[in-house]
Parts: sequence; structure tokens; C-alpha cells
Amino acid sequence: MSIPAAFDYHVAKTVDDAVALLEQYGDEAKLLAGGHSLLPTMKLRMAQPGHVIDLGRIDGLSYIREESGHVALGALTTYSKIERSDVLRRHFALLPEGTEQIGDQQVRNRGTIGGSVAHSDPAADMPGLVLALKATIVAQGPRGKREIAADDFFLDLFATALEPNEVITEIRLPYLPTHSGSAYEKLANRASHYAITGSAAVVTLAADGTIAAASVVITGASVKPTRASAVEAALIGKTPDEATIAAAANLAADGLELVEDIHGSKTYRAQMTAVITRRALTRAIARA
Amino acid sequence: MGIAALVGSPVKRREDPRLITGQATYVDDIKLASMLHMSVLRSPYGHAHINSIDTTAARQHPGVVAVYTAEDLKGIVGSIPVAVPVGHIAEGMGVRGPLAEGKVRFYGDPVAVVIASDRYVARDARDLIEVDYEPLPAAVDVEKAMQPGAPLLYEDFGTNVVLSSHPDSADIDAVFARTVADGGFTLKARFVNQRLAPMPMETRGVVAQFNKADKKLTVWSSSQIPHLLRNLLASQLGLPQHQVHVIVPEVGGGFGCKLNVYPEELVASFATMKLGRPVKWIEDRSENMAATIHGRDQVDYVDVAATKEGKIAAVKIHGISDLGSYSQIFTDVIMIAFGFPVSCGSYDIPNMHFSFDLVFTNKVPTDAYRGAGRPEATYLIERVIDLVAREASKDPADVRKLNFIQPDQFPYKSAAGAVYDTGDYEPALDKAMGMIGYQELRAEQARRRASGDKKLLGLGISSYIEICGFGPKGTAPVGLYESARMRVEQSGTVMVYTGASPHGQGEETTFAQIVAEDYGIPLEQVVILHGDTDSTPEGRGTYGSRTTAVGGSAVYTAAQRLKEKMKQIASHMLEASVDDIALEDGKFSVSGSPQKSVTFNEVALTANLSNTLHPSIEPGLETTVFWEPQACVFPFGTHICAVEVDRDTGEAKIVRYVAVDDCGRQLNPLIIEGQVHGGIAQGVGQAMFEGVEYGEDGQLLTASLMDYAMPYAHELPHYELSSTITLTPVNPLGVKGVGEAGTIGSTPAVASAVADALNVAHVDMPFKPEKLWKVIHQQ
Repeated sequence: MSIPAAFDYHVAKTVDDAVALLEQYGDEAKLLAGGHSLLPTMKLRMAQPGHVIDLGRIDGLSYIREESGHVALGALTTYSKIERSDVLRRHFALLPEGTEQIGDQQVRNRGTIGGSVAHSDPAADMPGLVLALKATIVAQGPRGKREIAADDFFLDLFATALEPNEVITEIRLPYLPTHSGSAYEKLANRASHYAITGSAAVVTLAADGTIAAASVVITGASVKPTRASAVEAALIGKTPDEATIAAAANLAADGLELVEDIHGSKTYRAQMTAVITRRALTRAIARA
Repeated sequence: MGIAALVGSPVKRREDPRLITGQATYVDDIKLASMLHMSVLRSPYGHAHINSIDTTAARQHPGVVAVYTAEDLKGIVGSIPVAVPVGHIAEGMGVRGPLAEGKVRFYGDPVAVVIASDRYVARDARDLIEVDYEPLPAAVDVEKAMQPGAPLLYEDFGTNVVLSSHPDSADIDAVFARTVADGGFTLKARFVNQRLAPMPMETRGVVAQFNKADKKLTVWSSSQIPHLLRNLLASQLGLPQHQVHVIVPEVGGGFGCKLNVYPEELVASFATMKLGRPVKWIEDRSENMAATIHGRDQVDYVDVAATKEGKIAAVKIHGISDLGSYSQIFTDVIMIAFGFPVSCGSYDIPNMHFSFDLVFTNKVPTDAYRGAGRPEATYLIERVIDLVAREASKDPADVRKLNFIQPDQFPYKSAAGAVYDTGDYEPALDKAMGMIGYQELRAEQARRRASGDKKLLGLGISSYIEICGFGPKGTAPVGLYESARMRVEQSGTVMVYTGASPHGQGEETTFAQIVAEDYGIPLEQVVILHGDTDSTPEGRGTYGSRTTAVGGSAVYTAAQRLKEKMKQIASHMLEASVDDIALEDGKFSVSGSPQKSVTFNEVALTANLSNTLHPSIEPGLETTVFWEPQACVFPFGTHICAVEVDRDTGEAKIVRYVAVDDCGRQLNPLIIEGQVHGGIAQGVGQAMFEGVEYGEDGQLLTASLMDYAMPYAHELPHYELSSTITLTPVNPLGVKGVGEAGTIGSTPAVASAVADALNVAHVDMPFKPEKLWKVIHQQ
């Protein structure tokens, strides 16, 4: 049994409680949601927070609601709930499809969308999915709530636009236009099953069959989930034939700050990013 | 189920209800009054001098009872036992005390321990020990470690090479020349058997309790070898053997890594003797990966001479065994004692030549891991067969058949040294080929190659043999018999105390099947006990697929002895000649007059109560048997695997897997199937996923399961299993062994299939996607 360093455990009963505790303990504090990232790092003593604030007892932060203009997910919504949601399968098939590929069932029973987004592990699946769906992240701090566009949220390795005294409360996914399709492809690290590289694609077709909109995000290959803008630009207005898709996908690793480890070199990650982006686009377009 | 049909029936494991309902007791479930907890400080460096260790702050930490370093153990606790010290190891090279002294030689090397009131305090205080290290360059790559100028683990010896053997090769070189002159060919290859972590579900753990009044040390340990552990703890702690009592409770997997005496067992014992309070240590997963023995890690250079038809004339092997940093119990002999002798595999190869180097490196010691030497040897010869087939432009199945030892050649003395008991290899190969549809798959492969299909299809065969049932006199420094004490109680219950130590192999069930069938009594009437040195007779433990062949033979023999005595008792009860008494379906009856009978239970009662027992017969029904095999047994079989490799990503996937295993008589096909399943999973794990990696400085790169890839259930194929049955005359049961067969057979089958899919001669394991992608795209 690995044993974390001593810490004080706080139960937040409300989001306000959590924010107040964050205000009080500042850098010394870590928020605990599903715990699948925080607890292992604490057990290995790579993280030794003096205060752990448990969000798990806050009522009303686990939901999937159809609202006007978007579907709202409470920050404590578990992966299991996401993968089983008919609402999400109907509107954002990408999310359940990608979520099914996270960890194993036990992990998905505990892991939460808010926790993963806040933690922003560059190899995690959820941040990339959320970014591809152009989500809005709702955070609550001492001065109330604010909305952060996913495109502005993921800043760097484990770094986000969240202030140290803010708690994510909700993730909003704007409805997609008709004739939209999506797909998630991942080349998994066979040990952790995190992404060596992952590609989330959302494509909308125009009435004439050309590509009206495309959102493509790469995760795992780089220090943060990154929008593949060059791929998107190469698709807009084009007829989605095999050659167009392949040419666009070949741009998938452009501008990525690639990482490498024993599971994949930079070269391999770059090449595979193109391969899986081609596959994700092909499937997304077929579903549009 | 009729009682007489017990042997050979798929009886459900009697062990399982307690295991799957959480009612089993593992070491960590042992909780004793006033128990202390131990935490081990380990080296963060692969190689460093220890300038000083300051334990002051740790000792002063509230709740800490003691902190020990090598200094405290000096002269009191002996070294980690080495069974067969060879080369410089016999002169002390690589023989270590329980805690590092002066130097650390691997990441995870134990340096100090904290003993405290609970495990949290112990862990916190560990961080307060200050060690002044002077990091040194590390010897990590085994072939570089052999070179002059490499960083030295043991400076006094001037080399990292423990033992080097390069016998004259003139005779075999002449065979090579002659083969070529006759129109044959030669080929060379280099194979790497990468380092693996055994990774039992339950990590190691120990509870040691010294009773000062009785002067008795009781040690609960997650071990495969209760008696050897008891004997070695006694010798290394300077205690008479009767003062040491080892109890092995439930063990959650061993795979060879618990066939050892480890530093923590000695230090916890030392601590309880000093402190008079029980001491518990439970290894965490990080420690398990960093400090429990690893397996494999061998590099082989091979030269082969074969006729143009593919009949192998000669094989030269140069093996380099990476021992890691110290010698554990069998570290130095895994390759030379367990691998080399079976290097011919199932093939009649007339000329073999061996040379080797045994080398220390700054890594965890290697030792026995499921198969121990035999997987490496099997991998080598199976890969050789494939290379020969490729060179001869023959199907690998045909080359196997051309080279098989034939049924009339048994007992077969191989040029590598082993004497095989029995075997019939071709039927197993034919059966496996039929099951998988070999020819159809070859045709499909040809179609895919012609069309440039994105999914590359490959087929791999492994027609393995293994050696098990250790062992006859002379195969080890101690006799590798197994024992059984059997007592028939007055209720008729048969109590069997085995010296073996099953920990997942199911012998609580199979041993009971042997007895119940022989006596014709219900399975429930037979109780199998093991793992307690105060109640079981001296035994050798469970490893090397030996427990049923050797321990089962002891049980069977004990059953015969008691049966003879019970017949005598019955003959007096029935007033008939003992020669006319037969035991059938739980009844002793007189031949010719079956109505004259007494039940097994009546005889048991009479023997134990004794008041009506004939005065010529000693009361009671109890015997102890030590059964020592006269020869080893050689299971065999053929595994065939079909893989698909994604041309774009290099990802390999097993799409079909067929195994035909022959382990002699099958006592319980359900347990055999379970053993084969687990074995294949671990063998596939080596081929596809696993590999311990160290950085050049000796840092462990695969330090957690986030980086060390174990096979997940969904990544393993559906196994299509069958068997052939070839009995052995070596033991009275006709059984061989099956615990390691799956591991030994599967790795080469997968490796062969992947190379075949890529249409190349060889790729080293593990088959990570990037590696295969590079081969496909020649990057």
C-alpha cells in the first residue's frame, strides 16, 4: 500500500464552501472529485497538498440537461453516466464514444468530466473531446460565476485558465447543426491506456455536400489538447473525398509541441496523428 | 458424479469459494496485538556510493520505534541465500546482506528500514532519513557492461562478468563446414529476451513475531517455499531450525518471484527479535516493480547449420545472462541450468555447442519467472526453426516435422544434455493446424499480400517442450523430493499434509481427487493442508510445474501405504486372507464373496479406536512419504497464433489462438485449462506488451503500471484449446506438468506470427506499435 503524506481533509457541502476553502488554503489545497489523478500522485508523494477539499458531497453537480442552445453537464457527472446518456448519444455521440475509451469501468464509475477538464492531463481524452465540441466551461469563484470558452481554457501542461480559487461547476456543449458527424480515434499507450495520440473530429456538411464546418482536436501527442486549425482550414468548403481528407489529415501535427516517451517518439506521434485524424475525419463525415 | 470418475473430471476448485468471497487470509490480513510496521528506504539511484546515512530525525519522529541500516545488522544477520554460487559469486561477488552497505547497485536497493507504530508513521519517517549519495555511472546494457572500462558494480573483481565459458568449438565448426560443403547453409541471429516484471496480484509481504519466552520466531510470508524459507531464515539468523516457524497463508500469485529469500524477510525477523513485538511489512506496487526479482533478460547469439531441405545439423549458442545487481537464490543458473539443457526443443539436433557470459548490471536481480530459462530456450529454438524455414523456402510447419524427435527415439538423450521421457510431437502439431485451418489462413495471407491489404496477416507456430518435475538427485544442491503426511482419522476423514505449497495451482482439489478416487470415498472426506512448517513434513514448495508430478506422487504413494494397512485390518475384520481383500467404492470386500465387506470408514474407526484391532497391528493410520523422482518429465505441445498488424499504425492484434498441450494424464481438465489460460496470457504479455526499461543512469523508467504494460483481458484473444495425452513412466500418476507450458509455448508463437505478418526474419519483443511501424516503413 502506497501511503500519501499527511493532509487535512475538508468536505465541501456546497460550491461556495469549496470556494471559501480554496480562498483560505490557497496553494496548499487541492480539489478532490473522482480522485483518479490526484490520489495516485499523492500516494507516490509526487503531490503533497496540505489540504484536500472533497467535492463529492456537493449535491446537484451531477446532471445532463437539455437546455436552450446547449446541453449542460454538471462538473461531477461521471464518465459512466456520460457513456450511458441517451441525450448525449443523440446530440454529441463523440462524447460517449470517447468516454468509453477512458480507463476501465471502475475508473469510469468514479472519474468526472469536471475533474478531468480541471486537471488537464495532456494525454487524457476528455479535454480533447470537450475542446472539439467547443464547450463552454463554467467556473465559480469568490465573485460568482464566469464562462470560459474551451479554446481559451487549456493553456499548457496541467495548466488551465482556472484561477486558483475557482471551481468548475458546469460544462456546456452547444448543439451542433444538422448534418454534423463526429468520431474519436485514439492510439492508446498499452500500459496506461492514455492517448499516445488521439484525434477528435466534428464535421458539418452543407446542403451541397461540401464541408461547412470542422472542429479537429489532437490530444496526447502534445503538451496540451490542441486544435488542429490547419486541418480545419484545409477542409472548409471542400468536397470530402478521400484525397481531400488525407491531405487535410497530413496537416494534423502541424504546429504541435510534440512530446515523446518510451511509448512513442516525436516522429511516430506526428505520423500517427495524421493517420488517426484521417480515420476520425472519414468516420465523422460518414456519420454527418 | 460417480466417485470412481473423479480423476480426469473437471472438478471445480475447492479453493475458489473462499477466494472469490473475500474469506481467504493473506499476509496483510494477519493482525497481531502490538504489531509494528516497517517501511523500507530504497535507493533512488541505479548506482551510487553511500557516503553517510543520518537517521537522527527519523528516530526522533513520534511513533518511530527503531531505524536500522546495514550497520545494525552486521554480524547478526547473514546474507541473501544463493543456491548454486558459480564463478566469482562463489568468492562473494554479488552476495548481499539485507541492506545496502557502502554502495547501492540498483534503483530500489534497500538502504534502511523504519519500524513504527503504524504504517503511516513508518512511511512519513522514512522521508526523514538523510542519505548522502555520490552517484556513479551505471552499467545498464548487459553487452556494454561486459566491456573493459564499463562502470564496475564490484570494483574488487575488476569486471562485471561473473563467469564466462567459451569451450573449444573445433568439432562443431567442422560440422558447419561439412554441412555447407554438402550443399546446406548456415545462418546467424541475435535474439533478445527482454526483462519482465513477474507482477503477482498480491505483492510480497511478511509478518514476523518473536516470542521471547519460547525463543520462537514465527514468520508469515507470501512465499512459494515455506520449508526452504524456514531453513534459510534459521541459518541466516543463527537460530536452531526448531525455533523458526514459517506459515504461508493464501498467496496471490508467485510466478517464481516468491521462490526466494528476500531482504525484508530477514530484516523484519531481526527487528522482531530485537524489539519483542511483531513486525509487518507489505510491499507496495512501486516497490514490487523496483525491488522484487525480474525475469528473463538474456541475449543470445546463434549460429545454425542446416541442409538445404531444412534439417538442422548443428546449433551454436552464445548466451549472455543479465543477472542484475546481486545474486538471489537461482539468479546465476537460470540460463545455464534450466535453459541450455532444453535448447534442442522438440527437435532432433545432433550437434549443439554452448558458450556463455553471466554478467552483473545495475538493475534488479533476475531470477525464476514462470518458465525460468525454458521460455528463453524455447523462444530461441522456435525462432531458429522459422529462420531455417525462411532460408530453405519451406513452410515452418514442414520444417518442424522434418526435425521432430520421433516417437521411437524415446527416452531421448538430447545433444543439449537433457533426457526426455516420452513425447509424440507431430500429432499435436497436426491437431493445432487442423483447428486453426492452417492452410486456409496461408491462402488468405497470400491473397492479402498480393492485394496490398492494410491488415498484414501472420501465422506463427511454436512446437514447444518443457522440462519439469524437478527433480532427480544431482539436479540441485538439495534433493528435490516432495513429501506427504497422510492420516486417516477415526471418522474416516483423510488428512493430507503436503510439503508442496500450492498458491493458485489448485492442488487442494487435485490431490484430493487422487486420494478420493483411489479410496472410493467422497472428495469432501479428503482434506489437503499445506504451507505450515510446524505441521507439514519437510518439503520443497511449489515452482517449476512440479507439484502434481512430484507432490502428487508422494500423496498417491502415501495413499497406497495406508491402503495396504487398511487391507490388513479389513482382512482380520472379515476373517479373510489379505491377498483376497480389495478396496472399491469405499468398501473393502473379499474377492469371490462381495457380500462380505466392511466400509472404509469402519476400518478407519477400528484402526483408530484399537480396542477390537488385531494385536499384531499397530493402532492408528498414519504415514509420511518422501517421494523423489528418478527423472524429469517433458510436457509438450503446439501453439499456433494468427495476428493482424495494422500497416498504418504498427498495432498488432491476435486474431486466432490455438493451443494443443500434452501434459500427460489429466487429473483435472478444468484446472489444466485455467493454467493454460494464465500461462498464455503471460506469454502473450511478453511478446506483445511487457518490458522493464531502465535509463542509462539506472533509473527505472517503467516504475508503475502507467508505463509497464500488462495485458488487459480485452486485449487477449479467445483461446481455442485442445490436448493430446502421452503418459510418462516417470511417476505413478503418469502426469507431467502444465503450470508453465502456456507461457513457454505462447511467446514464440506470437513472435513468429508477427515476424511472418511483416514478412521479415525477426523482430525483437515486445511488439510495441512504433517498433513494428518502423519495420513496416523501414524507418
